[in-house]
Amino acid sequence: MKQFTLMTGMAAPLDRANVDTDMIIPKQFLKSIKRSGFGPNLFDELRYMDEGQPDQDCSGRPLNPDFVLNQARYQGASVLLARENFGCGSSREHAPWALDDFGIRCVIAPSFADIFYNNCFKNGLLPIILSDTQVDQLFEEVAATVGYQLMVDLEKQVVVTPSGIEMEFRVDSFRKHCLLHGLDDIGLTLGFADDIAAYELRRRQEAPWLFDAIK
Amino acid sequence: MAGKTLYDKLWDQHLVRQNDDGSALIYIDRQILHEVTSPQAFEGLRLANRKPWRIDANLATPDHNVPTTERSGGVELIVDPVSRIQVKTLDDNCDAFGIVEFKMNDTRQGIVHVVGPEQGMTLPGSTVVCGDSHTSTHGAFGALAHGIGTSEVEHVLATQCLIAKKMDNMLVRVDGQLGVGVTAKDVVLHIIGVIGTAGGNGSAIEFGGEAIRSISMEGRMTICNMAIEAGARVGIVAVDQTTIDYFKGRPFSPTESQWDAAAAAWKELVSDDDAEFNTVVVINAADIIPQVTWGTSPEMVVDVTATVPNPDKESDPTKADGIRRALKYMGLTADQKITDIQLDRVFIGSCTNSRIEDLRAAAAVVKGRKVASTIKQALVVPGSGLVKAQAEKEGLDKIFIEAGLEWREPGCSMCLAMNPDKLGNGEHCASTSNRNFEGRQGFGGRTHLVSPAMAAAAAVTGHFIDVRELMGY
Ligand code: SF4
Repeated sequence: MKQFTLMTGMAAPLDRANVDTDMIIPKQFLKSIKRSGFGPNLFDELRYMDEGQPDQDCSGRPLNPDFVLNQARYQGASVLLARENFGCGSSREHAPWALDDFGIRCVIAPSFADIFYNNCFKNGLLPIILSDTQVDQLFEEVAATVGYQLMVDLEKQVVVTPSGIEMEFRVDSFRKHCLLHGLDDIGLTLGFADDIAAYELRRRQEAPWLFDAIK
Repeated sequence: MAGKTLYDKLWDQHLVRQNDDGSALIYIDRQILHEVTSPQAFEGLRLANRKPWRIDANLATPDHNVPTTERSGGVELIVDPVSRIQVKTLDDNCDAFGIVEFKMNDTRQGIVHVVGPEQGMTLPGSTVVCGDSHTSTHGAFGALAHGIGTSEVEHVLATQCLIAKKMDNMLVRVDGQLGVGVTAKDVVLHIIGVIGTAGGNGSAIEFGGEAIRSISMEGRMTICNMAIEAGARVGIVAVDQTTIDYFKGRPFSPTESQWDAAAAAWKELVSDDDAEFNTVVVINAADIIPQVTWGTSPEMVVDVTATVPNPDKESDPTKADGIRRALKYMGLTADQKITDIQLDRVFIGSCTNSRIEDLRAAAAVVKGRKVASTIKQALVVPGSGLVKAQAEKEGLDKIFIEAGLEWREPGCSMCLAMNPDKLGNGEHCASTSNRNFEGRQGFGGRTHLVSPAMAAAAAVTGHFIDVRELMGY
């Protein structure tokens, strides 16, 4: 698993609620059997004026000038500022893969959809939940200052604004631990192989119909 | 001490280890694999030199990418090369690891969430995962089922466990009886309209009450299928006799010698009378009539007799903005009547509504009628090869074809348009699927979610109409 510790990066504001995973990465790109290369198609339908195809060279496609990530001032952004229920919809892990491949390391929103939130951690991408007021404040500050940068410190669990305001956030301690150290959670779970085997032994007695049926 | 909810019981029964930091390891009894979210998981296993923990917990079938037109030529003849590689990759991975797979031209192939229960793979009291958010469907049987990402697919393959955190308990109780012509789909769309698309975030929703108990297993699956559209990864319904009867004689059901013990254990899978829920929502069944979504989120839903909302009447500015954006995308005007929306295509299918009961309901409406001349295409895509065979035995295929609808091979099809079945830019579709997001059914496509009966009624009239009126209920 990829590590996340501390970062400072430019923020870009995506001012719309309920951004769904079809928006983050449309389905035609899910046909890939790889984990990488989704960046050019991140937000494909919002970003380009035409319909994108898998394996297409995106450099010559007409850009939508109104879309925030196309604006000159937000080039190189690595923090995405978003609204409530970000990442709703499907379980596709291609959504965090695309954000990561594009260069986004952290998404800040008042709330996230559960599956997307979970998938982020598996890919070294940090989703941060702040209050509505804090998110509103960040949206205002980003709009007001070109090149607005945020510092994100996972160890201390704070987002720091350019003027030094610290916004604390919560994160589950297990996920934090894995992210800080870039741990392989399958390896961790296999460390409990004895517990799993003991559970299976007991369960085979209680519910034998759940074993050896699919052959 | 308060009693346990059904979710509490399922959680406790599958707890392998509770860690001090609040995370837990839960045991997974069943994993269903499909071509889109599994290739990177198998690749991960190979790279780390790992093997699946338990082969007999897995079942695979390709569904998202497969063509639904004549396909007897097999995988090699899938026209889209990227889709072909993905379907072949699933075949190769399952062959290599010895996982049971219903390949594209196997009669048991179909949409993962139709196939699992149909085979008795999903069982009451089991934990079921799949790299697909609509895995909540399986909760209809009193199973703990939810969608997972690809990294977790790999985790479950390798360890048979999932690292999880317990969710909150939410009860949605539907009291009273549903009216004639009102279906499970209308119930769940209405619920999403009430609690919103994020209403269930962080919760497992149990659907209960008199109305839910009187709904068939197919209908309960439709309801749990869309729990995720209300933000809940898990939707569940308590076990009753209807649930138990469903599993008699299914291929992977308990054997005869196991049956009595299994049925006795399943009967316990209900919330205790004194169980406490973090949230309770009560809905009156009599308030529900056929529903139609007008916007680009499943919560943007109204009664078929209503009008499209007006953003100027919305006090919350973010919501008003959302309405304006949706109206623009959908090409609708505020205060327009739902029944005035003209349609271009009709799609009857998807893991929400492609089971035999759904097809019977749609066939009953189109029987003796013709698809309106303004409809460019009306598709019926059965959820599995077995559903298709059953429908053909009942002559439903003939009714559809006679009325001018197309009768297809099983798969996800126009639900997400990863195969050639899709909407053109700006086209309106009456669809029995579960998501009306922008571009979901094709670039620029405009989706309206409805029940199978309502979709069929729209097909024969060319616009939305209250199916109860059309059928003279
Ligand atoms: S039918 Fe649609 S929602 Fe269901 S699994 Fe297939 S693509 Fe997903």
